[in-house]
Amino acid sequence: MAKKILIVGGGLAGTIVANGLCRQLHEELASGSVAITMLGASQTHMYQPGLLYVPFGRMRESELFRDQRKVLNRHVPYFVDPAKHIDVDKKVVTTESGKTHSYDFLVIATGSRIRPDNIPGMSEGGHWFYDLDGARKMRDALDKFEGGRIVVNINAPHKCPVAPLEITFMLRDYLEAKGLMDKSEITYTYPIGRLHSLEPVAAWAVPEFDRAGIKSETFFNTKSVDAKAKTITSEEETTLEYDLLVTIPPHTGQQVILDSDLGAGGWVPTGRNTLLREGSDNVFVVGDTTNLPISKAGSTAHFEADTVIDNITSLIKEDRWARQYDGKVFCFVETGLNSGTYVWFNYTTPPNPGPPSQMIHWFKLAYNRLYWLSARGLL
Amino acid sequence: MSERTKIDARGAYCPGPLMELIAALKLVRVGDEIEVLSSDKGSANDIPEWVKKVHHEMVGITEEDGYWSIVVRKAK
Repeated sequence: MAKKILIVGGGLAGTIVANGLCRQLHEELASGSVAITMLGASQTHMYQPGLLYVPFGRMRESELFRDQRKVLNRHVPYFVDPAKHIDVDKKVVTTESGKTHSYDFLVIATGSRIRPDNIPGMSEGGHWFYDLDGARKMRDALDKFEGGRIVVNINAPHKCPVAPLEITFMLRDYLEAKGLMDKSEITYTYPIGRLHSLEPVAAWAVPEFDRAGIKSETFFNTKSVDAKAKTITSEEETTLEYDLLVTIPPHTGQQVILDSDLGAGGWVPTGRNTLLREGSDNVFVVGDTTNLPISKAGSTAHFEADTVIDNITSLIKEDRWARQYDGKVFCFVETGLNSGTYVWFNYTTPPNPGPPSQMIHWFKLAYNRLYWLSARGLL
Repeated sequence: MSERTKIDARGAYCPGPLMELIAALKLVRVGDEIEVLSSDKGSANDIPEWVKKVHHEMVGITEEDGYWSIVVRKAK
C-alpha cells in the first residue's frame, strides 16, 4: 500500500510542500510507494504580495495568476474541491463535493482570510487590497481621489506584517506624484503603542513618517466604522474622520478548521519547532493556519514548508525525524515606490533592518517574478 | 465557568505579545482570562497600559526565570 500524503490547501505553503516532496520522493512516487494529493479552492494560484501594487497600477491583474496545475509537479493530482471536514482521529478528509480522502500524513495549509465583516461598518466604509476585488475597488477609489484625509487603519491579527507600512509609504509617493499631497493628509493607525510590531522597524518608521508628513495614531483597535459619517472609532475611544479609508481588516483562519473543531479562530494549535498539530504525530500545519506567535507571511510559509518537506521525507525514507523549525521569517519592506529594505529574524535572533536602498527595491521587484520558482520548490 | 488561554509568545518578535493578546481577546468570552508569556520586558509595561486604556482587567504580572507571565481578564 502506498503511503498517502494529503495536502489540504493550494496556496503557497501547500504548493511548496507538494513540489518539495515530489523532488525528495521522486523514486517513491515513480514506484507507487508514495502518493501525494492536493485539495484546493481555485484553478489558479495567486501571487498575493502582488496585490500591493494593483491599486497603484504597478502590476496588472494577469501578472498575479498562474494555472495551479502548471505550478504543481505533474505527479500531484490536484482537485478543486475544498476540504469541508477534517477528522484527525479517523484520518479522513471530506470535501465540499462529498468525496473522502484518507491519509497517512496530512498537511494542513488552508491559510487565512480577511474578515471586514467582523467590524461593524468596515465592509461598507473601507477599502483594502488584501484580495483582488478589494484591490480593484481601491484602485478605482484612488483614481477618483482629489485630495483629503486618508486613514490607513491596521487591525489584528493580519498577515504580511510589513504591508501596512508599505502601503502607507507607497500612498504617500503616489499622492506626491499626482500633485495631491499638498491637499491630503495621511493618518496611520496601529493596534499597539508604536508604529510596527518589530521594534527596530517601528523606530526606523518614526523619522520616516516625520519626513513624509504622515500622522499616526497608536493604540488604535477598530471598534466600528460609520460609512455615512465617514468616521472610524477605536476601542480606545478615539474617533477619526476620513475621506478615504484604507484598512487592513482583521483575519481569521478558514471555516473548515472551525467546523472540524481544530482550533479557535481557525488557527490550529501547532508545535513551534515540530510544526505538528498538537496531539497528532502525522498532521503537519504550515503557513498562516498555525497558531504560532510569529508573522503570517509568505516567507514564514516557505521556511516552515522546507522543514515539513525534510521531516515527512525522513519519516518515510528513514523512519526518523530530520530537523526543527527555528522560527525564521524574512520580509522585504518597500519604503516607497523606489526604495526598500528587508528584515529577518527567528525565535532567537532579533530583527535588525538595514538602511533602505533602491537596490533592495529592485531585488523585491525581481522577487515578484522569482516567486514562481519558490512555489515550484526551486528557490 | 471562565477559562484561561495561554499564549507562549516568548521569542516572538512579530507580531509580538501585545498583538497576540489583542487577537486572542477577540476569540474568548467576557470573564475569560488570557495568560501571555513574554520574554520581552517591554510587554510588562505595554500590556497593562493597553489593558487600562480599553478597560479590560489586569489579573497579575509575575517575573519568572527570564520571562514574564501576564494575565488579563476580558471585561467587555
